[in-house]
Amino acid sequence: MAAALINVPKKAKSGDVIEIKTLMSHIMETGYRHTTNGKVVPRDIITSFTCRFEGEEVFRADLFPATAANPFMSFFTVATKSGKFDFEWIGDNGFSETASARITVE
Amino acid sequence: MKLAATIVALALLIAAGVAFHSSIANEIPSSERRSGYTFMGPETRAMQDDDTTNPGMLGVLDGETLWNQKAGTANKSCADCHGEGKRDMKGVAARYPAFDKALARPVNLEQRINLCRARHQDADPFPYEKHDLLALTTFVAEQSRGMPIAPDPSPELEPFVAKGRDFFMHRQGQLNLACANCHDDNWDKHLAGSAVTQAMANGYPIYRLEWQSLGSLQRRLRNCITGMRTENYNFGAPELVELELYLMTRARGMPIETPAVRP
Repeated sequence: MAAALINVPKKAKSGDVIEIKTLMSHIMETGYRHTTNGKVVPRDIITSFTCRFEGEEVFRADLFPATAANPFMSFFTVATKSGKFDFEWIGDNGFSETASARITVE
Repeated sequence: MKLAATIVALALLIAAGVAFHSSIANEIPSSERRSGYTFMGPETRAMQDDDTTNPGMLGVLDGETLWNQKAGTANKSCADCHGEGKRDMKGVAARYPAFDKALARPVNLEQRINLCRARHQDADPFPYEKHDLLALTTFVAEQSRGMPIAPDPSPELEPFVAKGRDFFMHRQGQLNLACANCHDDNWDKHLAGSAVTQAMANGYPIYRLEWQSLGSLQRRLRNCITGMRTENYNFGAPELVELELYLMTRARGMPIETPAVRP
């Protein structure tokens, strides 16, 4: 399992705008590079990232070969109720990772 | 006669002055020693400072897993001998490279990990610059984050520090450059668009944005050596360990930043 770092505030007030930060370990090989023998290094990237709150999609991004290794994603949402954020990264060669984090809204 | 004596005295004074000056110019006074961090832009600093944006922390996580994983025919993990990494590895990286009695020479942290694998775990060594060795080294070094660099005081190390210092001061390669020509004499200038910096090795293994990955101090040294157009050394070569050792004595007292982010 690839390492991931998630930062979701543990607590927030209802209506607060909160920042969510995620970092996923991945080499993000572009598919445009060659070895010294001229062989193409095959593409190996994360193609999609999704964040759901209690099953409802709140953020999604498609990723492309120009993205740096270990993609960092930061986005904002409004805290409405306590619950669980689920994160999902999908990529080439069957790459599929998930993570989750809870928030308490007062 | 009197004039001749004055000239001789003056010549001696000048000679002494030159010698004095060059020995001063070779060392950066401790009040002027600066981490590579202080040469970076605010965005890169922010990236290093926040543990959820610092990609080096991914290596720390993987390293912690490796620390607790049993390995080799001895079926022992690092934790089985050393205990909890987060508690018992504090300050260890601050005194590396350290003297190994059996080998009668200094070894760096990566080599120490591989020696442990050979001597206590009966496991194959991790290859240099591959993720496992970098991750485990980063995990161990991160436990000393914020602690001052405190080189191993063993008197046996002195000749090796001297060799490392020689390497640093000695002009070599097709460009006829010494490390000191950039990092002691011109650290406040730029080479192309990049800050030259003082070569203070206080954040290794680092996450270098140019590399898009973690990398060891030796990888960085090999980069510079290639840049000087000098014949390079293999990872783990005694010359590189001696240079590491000198760099750590040079950065004595500076807080460890591992995993540092560098451009």
